[in-house]
Amino acid sequence: MERFDVAIIGAGVCGANIARKLSQYELDVVLLEKEIDVSLGTSKANSGIVHGGFHDHISTLKAQLELRGALMFDRLHEELDFPFERCGILVAALHEDEMRVIEQLYLRGVENGVIGIEMCSRERMLELEPTLSQDVVGGLYAPSGGILEPYRFVFSLVESARRNGVQVKTEFEVEQVAREGEFWTLRAKNGQQVCARFVVNSAGLHADDISRAFGAERFEITPRKGEYYLLDRTMKAKPSRVIFPVPTEVSKGILVIPTVEGTVLIGPTASPANNKEDFATTREQLEHVLHAARTMVPGISENDVITSFAGLRAAYGSDFYIALSEKVPALVQVAGIQSPGLTASPAIGEYVKDLLKKAGLRLVEKADWDPYVHKVPRARDADPYALDALVAEEPAYGDIVCRCERVSEAEIVKAIRAGHTTLDGIKYYTRAQMGRCQGGFCTYRIIRILMRETGMSYDQITKRGGASAILKGTL
Amino acid sequence: MKQLSYDAVVIGGGAAGMAAAVELHDRGNSVLVLEREESLGGILMQCIHNGFGLIEFNEELSGPEFAGRFETMVKERGIHASLRTTVLDLREEDGAKAVYCVSPATGVMRIEARAVVLAMGCRERNRGNIRIPGTRPAGIFTAGLAQRLVNIEGYIPGRDVVIIGSGDIGLIMARRMSWAGCKVHAVIEILPYPSGLTRNIVQCLHDFGIPLYLSHLVTNIYGKDRVEGIEVTPIENGALMHEKAFRIDCDTLLLSVGLVPENELSRNAGIELNPATNGPWVDSMLQTTMPGVFACGNVLHVHDLVDYVVEEARRAGANAAAWLSGYRPAREIRVRTGSNIRYITPGRVNPDRQNQLYMRCLVVRNDVRLEVRMDGKVLRSIRKAHVQPSEMLSVTLGPEELAQAGRDSVLEIALV
Repeated sequence: MERFDVAIIGAGVCGANIARKLSQYELDVVLLEKEIDVSLGTSKANSGIVHGGFHDHISTLKAQLELRGALMFDRLHEELDFPFERCGILVAALHEDEMRVIEQLYLRGVENGVIGIEMCSRERMLELEPTLSQDVVGGLYAPSGGILEPYRFVFSLVESARRNGVQVKTEFEVEQVAREGEFWTLRAKNGQQVCARFVVNSAGLHADDISRAFGAERFEITPRKGEYYLLDRTMKAKPSRVIFPVPTEVSKGILVIPTVEGTVLIGPTASPANNKEDFATTREQLEHVLHAARTMVPGISENDVITSFAGLRAAYGSDFYIALSEKVPALVQVAGIQSPGLTASPAIGEYVKDLLKKAGLRLVEKADWDPYVHKVPRARDADPYALDALVAEEPAYGDIVCRCERVSEAEIVKAIRAGHTTLDGIKYYTRAQMGRCQGGFCTYRIIRILMRETGMSYDQITKRGGASAILKGTL
Repeated sequence: MKQLSYDAVVIGGGAAGMAAAVELHDRGNSVLVLEREESLGGILMQCIHNGFGLIEFNEELSGPEFAGRFETMVKERGIHASLRTTVLDLREEDGAKAVYCVSPATGVMRIEARAVVLAMGCRERNRGNIRIPGTRPAGIFTAGLAQRLVNIEGYIPGRDVVIIGSGDIGLIMARRMSWAGCKVHAVIEILPYPSGLTRNIVQCLHDFGIPLYLSHLVTNIYGKDRVEGIEVTPIENGALMHEKAFRIDCDTLLLSVGLVPENELSRNAGIELNPATNGPWVDSMLQTTMPGVFACGNVLHVHDLVDYVVEEARRAGANAAAWLSGYRPAREIRVRTGSNIRYITPGRVNPDRQNQLYMRCLVVRNDVRLEVRMDGKVLRSIRKAHVQPSEMLSVTLGPEELAQAGRDSVLEIALV
């Protein structure tokens, strides 16, 4: 059986950050994921925001990690080549009463040490964001807030970890756990096995089940659903900054988010999910999303909708739960990572590294650790001259497979060679099928390329692994 | 970067693009056709059923046969066509049009042209556009994608099928899937009348015993990995009857819920679009708001029959040729939609020439009149036994009827 120093359960944004952090040291690390690809859980379906650091009080662990994590993104962006932009965050007050809450947020932001935060008049708000409702009375501006593509962030983190020696095992759904001497033995549903001296439980929605399997702390993750609409990049009232409403006790509210790639996201709702696999959107909640988004940006129209989706947040208590287990040895719990989990995730990586050190893991830095990933040029980002040069070197860059998002065959082949062998995996890596036609034109071509590159037969082509086969037979 | 120069560039090598290119060539212009796919023909190549060409050729052809006739005309004339070529950008540069495009064989090319004909066709609306809630499993296809998978790639996308929307491609696919041995359980249409042609309702649904649920909405999709079923809710007097909702089990959904002209290129070029058609505004020459750029076929407005597409495309090609040789209309008058008409294209007529107008109505009615008026005066009244939104209406107007037109005259067409 393969022996590791550390096994990380769950390849979402937390697991991926922890894996990359640990890849800096002379350690054997394995990252385990139950799905067919990484980042297919909560990390793929969220708002994709680097928060402004004014929602939570500095006394909470989540605020501390959020503030530390937010500062790490510029360097990560430089090293890991994922779409990221500090476009700034606005909180819009639509009546005078809300200005009192804005003031609270401002004071908290100042206390938290947020750089550049300011209170804004109506005029200043409309200058910063002309698409805002004329009803805006004022608000808050946090220029350091930003946006990123969360799945691309995870893909890059995992690729970087891999390049530095971390093993990744997908379709490894931990079922049985046993303690043998100084080691934990983890057995997966499909029979695979690994053993490790330390284990990190970053299983997201399933962190409670994993903890139970270890005989560790008993707690319960409550899935809370967030539904979103994705809007076409051609929409008329496209904002250039993230727009928040004034928050309530339970939620940060429905946001209007310009994505780095040019589309616009509106959402999320916050409603209890029926179970951990309840990813269904509902008419009522989506109506609410449209209505709430339109209150802030009246130019938003249902004609702009490309698609809808739902993500589940792994809710537990009011703060993050990141700690060494007190009941069993050599287990780190990383649970209840709701918003601002994405923002905090790089800091969570460091925090967990420190916890492991405290628990006795010896950390020796690698002399040859390489923080950079191999950058994949994108046809959509290239000007005509740059694209011409790309095609001269690699003709497949001249074959545009996805017309809506302008993705070339070369990029699809690179996605497949990086291990993304499902339609969804290719979509999140390249954006092919993510635009206005939602795969209507390019799906058959991607199927052809997948079969050619992998040798898979038609019935092995799936949307996202498991029983999600696309084709049911031949003529 | 490779540089080329032509009198005219035609963007899109489907029926419209080929017909326009032939017309431009025959009037003495050098023409280049740019086509994304590996062959000319466009979407016709996957339409292996018959029913094409009844007006154009006076015979019943399949899609590839119809396209083949035009492809032969293109090849006989030696008209240049660049295949596997995607247009990146259309710009005005130094008084000429510059079309930037890319293909694996040539790299990026900059093609300078004095005139451009837009013939990019249309795309299918999808689940997001009609906002059906529920899960997002495998097994949801647009009807056109399913048609491609079956007719060209040779795969069966699913066994138990429900078709959402009664557009023509969906109806054709109901029959195609039945022939392939699949069970088509139902066609669900939100409107109280079908969206497709009557002949397709008869030949594709009635002949196969496939039920058509009019005034019904798909209100949920079930299934985690693969579609397992849908919830269907009847609509009565405009309201959803939730207590009468029912479930249909199926593993596949095909969406045939409308087509949208594919105008991202035009929009980026700064060409103004008509919100009623999602195609460019065009004048009596089918010229867009960008001088020297013409539009025809489904990129201009979605047609019901390809025969009308090629008629319009020939006109666009001939007009582009005339424009290249310096012709400009002396005067044009505005066209306005009257009661019960959704749109009329083109938006202007030339009172000194023959004008062909295509339009769609907003209502299903029997025994009505299409009334053409100018400045309140009825020019013509055409009896129609039956009209419906899925079937295009057409009117031809010549100088003899439009002779009275003044500078500020407005032409109006109404259904009364």
